[in-house]
Amino acid sequence: MFIKLIEFIGTAIKGPLEETGRIILLQGSVFKWIARRPFELRNIAKQMLEIGVNSLPVVLITAVFTGMVLALQSYTGFKRFGAEGLVGSVVALSMTRELGPVLAALIVTGRAGASMAAEIATMRVTEQIDALETLATNPVKYLVVPRFLSGIIMLPALAVISDIVGIIGGYFVTVVLLGTSSTSYMKATWDFLEVEDIYNGLIKAAFFGAAFTLISCYKGFYAKGGAEGVGRATTGAVVISSMTILISDYFLSAWLF
Amino acid sequence: MIELKNIHKSYGGNHVLRGVNLDIKKGESLVVIGGSGSGKSVLLKHIIGLTKPDEGEVIVDSDVLSQLDEDGLNEVRKKFGMLFQSSALFDSMSVWENVGFGLKRHTDFKNKEIKDIAVEKLRMVGLVGVEDEMPSELSGGMRKRVGLARAIAMEPQILLYDEPTTGLDPIMADAINELIIEMRERLNITSIAITHDMKSAFKIADTIAMLYNGLIIERGSSEEIKNTSDPVVRQFIEGSAEGPITLEGIKR
Repeated sequence: MFIKLIEFIGTAIKGPLEETGRIILLQGSVFKWIARRPFELRNIAKQMLEIGVNSLPVVLITAVFTGMVLALQSYTGFKRFGAEGLVGSVVALSMTRELGPVLAALIVTGRAGASMAAEIATMRVTEQIDALETLATNPVKYLVVPRFLSGIIMLPALAVISDIVGIIGGYFVTVVLLGTSSTSYMKATWDFLEVEDIYNGLIKAAFFGAAFTLISCYKGFYAKGGAEGVGRATTGAVVISSMTILISDYFLSAWLF
Repeated sequence: MIELKNIHKSYGGNHVLRGVNLDIKKGESLVVIGGSGSGKSVLLKHIIGLTKPDEGEVIVDSDVLSQLDEDGLNEVRKKFGMLFQSSALFDSMSVWENVGFGLKRHTDFKNKEIKDIAVEKLRMVGLVGVEDEMPSELSGGMRKRVGLARAIAMEPQILLYDEPTTGLDPIMADAINELIIEMRERLNITSIAITHDMKSAFKIADTIAMLYNGLIIERGSSEEIKNTSDPVVRQFIEGSAEGPITLEGIKR
């Protein structure tokens, strides 16, 4: 009975452990190739455009509405004990410490992570990755390194924009729609917000950028089995990246703040 | 020029290659024949170091592939060009960018020069005016030709062909065969092809080797293979369902 249980647990965790190991190996390979010439600048720029610029509209909409709903809900709640003046602080702290980086990361994962996994998986199943190798080009250097670097650079950028736009959304609801004074909203925002809040939020964003690009590339890289394999890789990339972002968010927050 | 020594390779419990020995001389045109799933593609991937053997060694011009680091392996790979079964063109790039990919990565040529070379290579494989198209706009036969142009762009010494005629109509298949012969004659290239298309094999090969049950069971000139007494090879080249080769998963 006891042995059966151990066997069951062993079987259940073997797959995820193996995957984690391979992701760590891929990470090692990325670090090995990152500093070597050629630096793939064109490729990096292309990926920055894809991950950053092309994700901007959807990140903006998410951030502005998150800031707005945050202001609306906290205003309603805080009004019950006369603390409406703190809405600005709640919005600013929530956005910078938490929602800006996390929401931007989740959205970019859904958009760019999925397309990254699908593209690399298609390249894998149609032998394009083998073709790269026959042309004496390391596929980790050519495909993974530019995406990884772009993720690390662009997610903090998106998080900053997300923070600002969320605070503007909160301002719009609190000041314009609900009629609180502009000065008190801004004062509440600045009084409690510290540079460290923004700074640590950005460290988290960079980590999420590294995590989702690595996981998405990994899933694409090891895809097999035709169209179905591409589908599985894409789903896996989004699910595992999102889980990793949410779980690591807790631990990073506990460690950083 | 290329030597395979006692190559073993397993995937899961499936022992695909069981001690393959093969040597290919400079300028030779070798065709490896064998049924679907016999490990032909795996064998070809070993030659260019895409797959590492569980046991045994691949030696290219005295370089033992398993002893090379990534840079060394890439240097050896520059001697090769490979035409994939599915062409494996990079679908995010135009035709000329595909053909010029190796040049772009490994030479200091400017884009204009690379494009000129690509156009020239495309002309060699019979394609004119398609350099700015995307691979998705081309037919299967044209994609194969672009794949071949990409394979010869770096002027390799050895060309590998993975099922070069599979999926093409008979006329296009024959045109690709002619092209393979022409490449060899014009560029003095060593070529290794794998196929189960016997018509193609007899047309392009100096020597034919048959892979069966993970081993090379016979090797000889086209004539020798045509007149073989080995019942397995005989059955395969005649394309008969009756004989010692059993069809996997099929009961009769």
